[in-house]
This record gives sequence, structure tokens and C-alpha cells, in this order.
Amino acid sequence: MATIMATLRNPQDFTTCPDTGLNINKPVANLVKIHILTAVMMLLAGGILGLGVALTRWPAVHLLPSEWFYIFLTGHGAAVLLFWVHIFSVGIAYFFVTTPINARLATPKIAWLSYWLMLIGAAIATVMVLLGQATVMFSAYPPLKAHPLFYLGVILFAVGALVPAFLVLATLVKAKNERTFKGSMPLTTFGVLIWAIIAIFTWVMGAVIMIPTWLWSMGLIANIDPQLYRVIFWALAHSTQQMNIVLHITIWYTLAAVLFGARPLNEKVSRTAFVLYLFALQLGSVHHLLSDPGTSFTWRTFNTSYAAYLAVLGSLIHGLTVPGGIELAQRRRGLTHGLFEWLRKAPWDNPIFSGFFLSLILFGFIGGISGVTMSNQQINMTVHNTFYVPAHFHGTVATGTTLAFIAFSYWIVPLVTRRKLAYPGLAKMSTWIFGLGMGTFALFGMAAGHLGVPRRHWDITYADAALPFDFSAMAHMIMTVAEIGAVIGGFGALFYIISILSTLLGGKVLAKGALPALAEPAGLVAARMHGGTEPQHKGLEVPGSLVLCMVLLVFLIVYYFAQYKYLATIWGIS
Amino acid sequence: MSYTSLQPIPQRHWWRLRVGPDEKIWITAAYAWCLVMLVWMVGWFFLGNQNQVGNAYRVTIDGFTAKMDQMVEKYQLKDASGSLMSEGDNDIPVVQVPVGGNVFIAARQFEFPVIPVLELGKTYVFHLSSQDVDHGFSLLPINVNLQLLPGYDYVLRFTPNKTGVYRLTCNEYCGLGHHTMTGKLYVIDTANKIVLDGKGGITGGGA
Repeated sequence: MATIMATLRNPQDFTTCPDTGLNINKPVANLVKIHILTAVMMLLAGGILGLGVALTRWPAVHLLPSEWFYIFLTGHGAAVLLFWVHIFSVGIAYFFVTTPINARLATPKIAWLSYWLMLIGAAIATVMVLLGQATVMFSAYPPLKAHPLFYLGVILFAVGALVPAFLVLATLVKAKNERTFKGSMPLTTFGVLIWAIIAIFTWVMGAVIMIPTWLWSMGLIANIDPQLYRVIFWALAHSTQQMNIVLHITIWYTLAAVLFGARPLNEKVSRTAFVLYLFALQLGSVHHLLSDPGTSFTWRTFNTSYAAYLAVLGSLIHGLTVPGGIELAQRRRGLTHGLFEWLRKAPWDNPIFSGFFLSLILFGFIGGISGVTMSNQQINMTVHNTFYVPAHFHGTVATGTTLAFIAFSYWIVPLVTRRKLAYPGLAKMSTWIFGLGMGTFALFGMAAGHLGVPRRHWDITYADAALPFDFSAMAHMIMTVAEIGAVIGGFGALFYIISILSTLLGGKVLAKGALPALAEPAGLVAARMHGGTEPQHKGLEVPGSLVLCMVLLVFLIVYYFAQYKYLATIWGIS
Repeated sequence: MSYTSLQPIPQRHWWRLRVGPDEKIWITAAYAWCLVMLVWMVGWFFLGNQNQVGNAYRVTIDGFTAKMDQMVEKYQLKDASGSLMSEGDNDIPVVQVPVGGNVFIAARQFEFPVIPVLELGKTYVFHLSSQDVDHGFSLLPINVNLQLLPGYDYVLRFTPNKTGVYRLTCNEYCGLGHHTMTGKLYVIDTANKIVLDGKGGITGGGA
């Protein structure tokens, strides 16, 4: 380790963490702080809007009037799906592309320019939504039309978010030229490289669709084809969420390294899984179009299967190698008893670990299983635009990405600020409450979707409808449980926000040499002292992780065929 | 030399290191399942009875709506007293086209403007579209959900396999009155005397 770390060039541009030995480029530390601070404010705003949505769809409460419900729902989608996750992502991307390879960020000034573009874009779009000038939902399908400034805000945000992708590439080139590291780049940096390439595709798609739509909203273009819009919009919007996946998996590997001194079981396998994402993940954007009129069977099949499930395979591989890395590290430290001693004796009271591992489990079992199942063409028509859809993506974006970001915050914020984590008690509760609350929302929301409860809908009692209709008492009860889960999850997010904002704005500065709170057992230190020196593993050394994965696979298979069994009972449709 | 996922890889030629048996087992099992899903999905398209691909045609909104209006003019049902049947405050016409016929539904803010009546076990050609913005066609309780787009004629053959009163709800946000947008559809079985009761339901055949 010492020899790897010894290559630090330009030491005046770095601060070295006395505890972990990590070298942090000074401008990056500031960028990480401001991005996380801003992102957390967006999460707060999005969370408040989400609370309004949840309290309205909780049938017995039905809080907001319809117009405000749709405003809140549009704002909630934009604030968390776009602003929270992507501002956070950009901040930590700067970290991943510099610190692990001792690099300096290329052109920090341009990084700040990107930050202001994102912030101004987000502010403009949010204000237009709150003014009721853009009640078109996050997806903004034409011919529904919003105020031109709404589209302009989204475009500014997309341009701002595109810039960091190029900064990641430029930083890697610079690091290579300056020879800041020997050997191959770390897995985590590799993950962010993949993120950056997908980001370029994604945000360019954003420009391709949002600029014409903006011109159309001003009357400069006569018509936007509704099907074409949906095709390109989802190439943007689905891919933005695929970027999250790449980054939160990078976080999983990082936290496994930080907490346990873990490394991939096999570098080749884990990197191949990332490369599979690069080539196949964006094809998944067709999942939104499977019950649309305008596309062919062949096109749908190729895309919805990610060119024969290559991206699904990538995810399943990470599903083994992330816990597998932990298992291997723990077993080599002597926790070899039975299948799961390594997991039982993990630091469950440490929110970095609990958030990370809950994120892994919930993303796989809820987000993953629901996503793979609903993206099968024929099954899709039994869930398209039902409550199943938001349930699914709360399984991915909330319990997957957001929970991973929460866990990661508890590590990175003390690291870059050298401040003690404020309110560690709240932090410890936050991961469990958020994970279990949102997990409940996702599971019960899926059930509601199976009963046909529509998404984006103010009143499923249809009190004002011309032709009366109501859902069963069962559907109302399921929605109640789901929304109670959402409200509870919101408290978890609130605890996180309080803890991180307090740390960023007023945390106690750590004395030199004090471990950042909650990062112990500080896997990096552990790795330096005890970390395995052997090359990759040889035997069947991670049986526990393999069993966990097989359980997931069995769930998926059973659930999948249950859907087709139901499908076979309904009308003939061809 | 030790390292973690956060440090550069110290070994040279790491891509030549052998993959462990646990990873091999998992990759094989996982990808085998992926291929099953692929084959199953394609197989269902050719062998299964529920596929929503259908056909789609570009149409003009006016032209499509005119076809729906012609259908209503020709096939709107009459009740016992001879007056045209319709339901709801907005007088949605109840329409029964001949078996195998074309059913046009041009949804609009905030209604499905026809109430089709279908015969059990017979196939009808549905043409689904919109007169204004995107709408959702959610057929309940069987939970079939399709996307309606203005300017696109989404053509699907429906063969109902159970009599009853079916409901439609729009499940694509279509404007501030979205939650008032509902529709209806009857499946009757004339041969077994399961027919409309004239009061918004069906009757007979023990149903």
C-alpha cells in the first residue's frame, strides 16, 4: 500500500486524511461539500413535496386539493429524480475520479460553472412547477404543454450535468499523463468512468428532445410527435436512472472496501459487469414504451431484453461480487463459522454499513425483481402506468440509490470536512427507517398496481367521475399501508438531512489523528494492516453470498411465472 | 501488497487471474435464467394469446374521430322504448358493432367517448387513439393497460373470455381533470341470454 500511495505529485494541492491515508484534492473537497449540501436541500424540498403526495394518496387523509396534488407530484419527481440524485452524483464523481488515483481534478473552475448551471436550471424549473405553470408531470409528454421556462430550466440542468462527464474523462487523461498512479485504475474509478460515458449519452439525449420541445412551447415548432418524444425522452430519463445504478454500485464497492478492506473477488468479472452496463443498460429505456402503439416486436424484444439480458447479467454479477467481497474479507479475518457469520458480525449499528447493505438487499429483491419482471413485454401491459411503476422505481431510486447515497454521505462528509458526524443517533436510525419505510411503500405499491390502481391519480374513489367507479376495500387498504410506509420513510430521510446538514454547516472539527466518527473499523486502515495479500480467491470461498444470490433467483423465477400464469387467464389480445 | 477497490490494482496481468468457482456457478445460473426469459418472451409472442404489439398507423385526429362518430351513428343501441342508449352526465353512447367489427375509441380530456358492448368469445378489432393529449387505457378488473397517443391508431384484436361490466380508467396524467376520466365496457353473451339490463349492468344466465 505504501508503495502505491507514494506517487503523490503536487502535494500542496492535497490534504491527506491522517486516518485513512486518502489524498483529497483541495478543490474536490469543496466541490464535494457544495454538491452534497445542495443535493440534500433538494432532497428536503423533494421530500416535503413527496410527503404531500403520500398524504393525498393515503385514502383516509386525502390532504391536497387536486390541482396542488398534481403540482406537488410534478415537483417531487423533478426534485428527487433529477436534482437530488444527479447533483449528489456529480459531487461524488469528482471524488471517485481523483482521490483513488491521487489525481487533481481537471479545471475545477468549469466544475463550478457546471454547478451553477445545474442550480439555476433546477431553480427555474422548480419555480415554474410551483407557480402551476408546468403541471405536466416529470415526463412532460407533449401535447401537454408547460411554460417555456420550465423546459429551459431542464435544459440548463442537463447541460450543467453533462459537463462533469467530460471533466471525468479529462481528469483521467491528465492523471495518466502525470502518472499519478501505477497499474490499472481502481474499480471505483472505473465505475465512474462508465458513469461518465453513460452520462454523455444521457444528457445529449436530453438536449435532443428538450430543445425542440422548448421551441415548440414557444410556438416556433408546430408539432412534436408524441411517440417520438416518448422514445427519446425515455432514452434520457431511463438512462439518468441507469447512471444512478452505476454510481450506487460503485458506492457499494467503495463502502465494502472502506468498512472491510474488501476488493472484488475477481477484477475481470466485476469490470466486465460494468462494461455490460455500458453497452446494454440504456436499451432499457424501451421499458416505458412496451404498451405504446408505435414500435415493432423485434425492436421491443431487442431493447427490452437489453440485447439478451446483458445488463441484467451485469447487475446479477454485482449482486454476488459486492457481498462476496465482504464475505471474503471477513472470512480471512477469521469469521468463518457457518454460512453467515461474516454477515451476522458485520457492524449493523453503523449507518454506513446498515444503509449500504439494506440498499443492496432492497435494490435486488424489490427494485431488481420488479424491474426485470415488468420489463417483459407481455407482463408489462398488466402493470403499465399502474401504481406498480412508482412502487418499482421507489425500490430502485429510493431504497437502492438514495439509501446508498445516505450511507455514503455518512462516510464521505466527515472525510472531506474533517468534521465529526452530527447527531449520530439520528444517523443510525435514518437508514433503517428510510429503508424499511420505503421498502414497505414499494412492496405494497406493487400489490396496488396488481389490482390496477393507477399512478399519478388524485382520487381513486372517482367521486367526480361521470361514470362512477371505485376500487375494492382491499385496494384502499393496500394504498393506506403503502403511504404509511412512505411517510415513515420520509422521517428516515429527515433524520439523514438533519444529521448531514448539521455536520456540513456546524459539525465539530476533528482533531488531527482522530478517526472520522462511525468510519471505524476503518477498513482502509484495516486493509493496510491485515488486508489479504494473496491474489484473487481460488476455491468456493463465498458460499454465503452465493446462497443469498440463489434465493434472489428463486424469488425472481417464481414471481415471473406467477405473472404469466395470471396473464394466461385474461382476454385474448393480439 | 494489499489493496482494495479504492486503490489501483498492484498485480500486473490481473485479467489473466482465474475466476473462482462460486462466480462461475453464479454467472452460469444467472445467465441461464436470462436466456429462459428471452426465449419465453419470444415464445409467448408466437404461442401465447396475450400480446399488445398489434399494429399502429399514423392518422389525423379529425379523421380518426370522424370514424368513431360514424360508428356511433351506425351502431348506437336503442333501449326498449326506442331511444338511444347512453350513460353518465355526459351522455356517453352505448355502442354494439357486429361481431368481428371495428371499435373506435378516441379518448379525450376527460372521457372515453363510447361504451362498447362485446359478445363473449368473439374477436373485435379495437382502434385506440386520443383526440388531444396522451391518455391511459386501463381496463379493469383484468388490469390491461395501454398507452393512447394522439395521431396514432393503435390496433389490437380483443377476445373477451368472461361476461361482465368492465371499467376503464385513464392512468396517464392528462390534465387537471385526469381523475374524473373513467369509461365502461360490457361483455354480454346473447346466446346464453346474458344481456344488458338497461340500468348500467347485465342480467340473465345466472350472472
